[in-house]
Amino acid sequence: MELVEAIILAVLAASTPLLIAATGELVAERSGVLNLGVEGMMIVGAACGFAGAWLTGSILIGALFGIVAGTLMSLVFALMALGLAVNQVATGLALTILGVGLSGLIGAGFVGERITPAVPLAIPGLTNVPLIGRVLFGENGFVYFSIALIVAVWWFLYRTRAGLILRACGDNHVSAHALGYPVLRIRTLAVMFGGACAGLAGAYLPLAYTPFFIPGMTAGRGWIALALVVFSSWRPARLVIGAYLFGAVTILQLHAQGWGVGIPSQFMSALPYLATVIVLVLLSRARTGGSTAPAALGTVFVPDR
Amino acid sequence: MRKSLLALAAGLLLAGSVSAASAADKLKVGFVYLGPIGDLGWTYQHDLGRQALVKELGDKIETTYLENVPEGPDSERAIEQLVRAGNKLIFTTSFGYMDPTLKVAKKYPNVHFEHATGYKRNPNMSTYSAKWYQGRYIQGLIAAKMSKSGVLGYIGSFPIPEVVSGINATILAAQTINPNIKVKIIWANTWFDPGKEADAAKALIDQGADVIMQHTDSPAAMQIASERGKLAFGQDSEMIQFGPKAQLTSIINSWGPYYIERVKAELAGTWKSEDTWGGLDSRMFAMAPYTNMPDDVKKMAEDAQAAITAGKLHPFKCPIVGQDGKPVECKGGGHLDDGQILSMNFYVKGIDDKLPGK
Repeated sequence: MELVEAIILAVLAASTPLLIAATGELVAERSGVLNLGVEGMMIVGAACGFAGAWLTGSILIGALFGIVAGTLMSLVFALMALGLAVNQVATGLALTILGVGLSGLIGAGFVGERITPAVPLAIPGLTNVPLIGRVLFGENGFVYFSIALIVAVWWFLYRTRAGLILRACGDNHVSAHALGYPVLRIRTLAVMFGGACAGLAGAYLPLAYTPFFIPGMTAGRGWIALALVVFSSWRPARLVIGAYLFGAVTILQLHAQGWGVGIPSQFMSALPYLATVIVLVLLSRARTGGSTAPAALGTVFVPDR
Repeated sequence: MRKSLLALAAGLLLAGSVSAASAADKLKVGFVYLGPIGDLGWTYQHDLGRQALVKELGDKIETTYLENVPEGPDSERAIEQLVRAGNKLIFTTSFGYMDPTLKVAKKYPNVHFEHATGYKRNPNMSTYSAKWYQGRYIQGLIAAKMSKSGVLGYIGSFPIPEVVSGINATILAAQTINPNIKVKIIWANTWFDPGKEADAAKALIDQGADVIMQHTDSPAAMQIASERGKLAFGQDSEMIQFGPKAQLTSIINSWGPYYIERVKAELAGTWKSEDTWGGLDSRMFAMAPYTNMPDDVKKMAEDAQAAITAGKLHPFKCPIVGQDGKPVECKGGGHLDDGQILSMNFYVKGIDDKLPGK
């Protein structure tokens, strides 16, 4: 029973950064912008987040540093890919390379330092309930925030007029422009939201997951977040399933190895990727088929003035 | 990578601005690193070695390094770039650079290469590595003494001989203290992913392990052990700042003396292709201070270290019994020979797990 609780806690901890980063990228892509720089924005968020928390002693300020850093990185992308209409794929890749280098530079002075990580919630009477107590009432703020965030994004995209306009920009920027919507401004805001989320997801790593900073500590999580957006077919609900499934299989394969299940560990390590692909493929098969990608995703838009 | 390339470019510009004569006088020595120099582990220790080299011979040599160079074919370009920049002695510091280094070495017979932890050599390419299993043996003794649950947790990177021999040395030592000791092994299938290493450490502790050992590069496992009030061993580097109450000791790589020796040979014109496998006696690595343990355990560890250093104790002393219950052929006269250890691909008796791929 205790082990089950420990596993669920570990799954939530592992899934949260993926969920946050992927939520941001989902919004950016829904507006028609493919930003491959998630990994770069995340790692800069991690370095700045740690710096903020270390300098001020506050996890909250650290998280804000991460958000601001990610947003600034995304503005570089917006300037190039939206302002100057440079190829989005190339710009995104360049952003990742820039971010990896920049984070090493920013974080160089903080390597080897320690901070007190985010404190989990504790409600007397509720947090002690066996099995579900710590899972529901004993998480750190990032976990609750990530769930609130994806619900808010779902509500925004499908239940508000602004969300509808954002999706319209992603599906047909020419029509949206003809109707008088400021396509580039909307896209810039969406990209900034994506950057803020990636920065926060990056900051989560040194602030809650492993409370120290080391260059390269995102270790490819930004790329997984990008893949999750595609696999979720750009739908928030499926994104939640994908992120938690990926986290769950990651943790369970570690436990399976500890129990000595005689399956090669190399296969087990590949399992999270396999499981996520299979489940999400099945999900999209079950409903009406066809591509659900925003029709204008990744295409350059230059308004005629 | 980009940053270091820029640094290299800037270095070239600088070199161009000083007089050609002084630039020609200095021997150029290049280093290729797998991770960032701030990884506090594998690459960090190699860079400390480079710094020791500069301190000792700085007036005669000039060093350049490339960090974050991925293993595999891509590294060939990085190595070749160092050759073209005029480096005459190049250290490639990760196993995965083996074939690319050999390829470049064959192309440039006048440049000397040194490859860490590999086994392929050429008249102008040496190899060097350390007998970490000796340190693992000491850790196994300590772990068995300190474990209350009798279950050790081991985080492996990849099931290659270096890691497998470390696991075997650990368990052989632990069995001399507690014949029923158990070890749970989790392969991370990566050298460096702090989050995943932390998850593996959590899983091991949740399954009852109370001493955590790792063969991956970040201090994440140490930090988790510290957070959960368990004990752990560091890896490659001093990690006590991540677990002041958790670290028992750590195997600290020390490449400086070797780098200095080889560069001196290069300067004297006596460099030749060799295979160096240094142990505690040659100080290729050192043990961090023995901490968070009672005095008798500390004394036992120090005695074992002294015995191994003096060559009186060999971690792979025969008879060694494999997992299948059959004794392993003893080729080294009383202990396994170097070749058997360098190609170790079996678990010894007492490990319940199955070696991946077997």
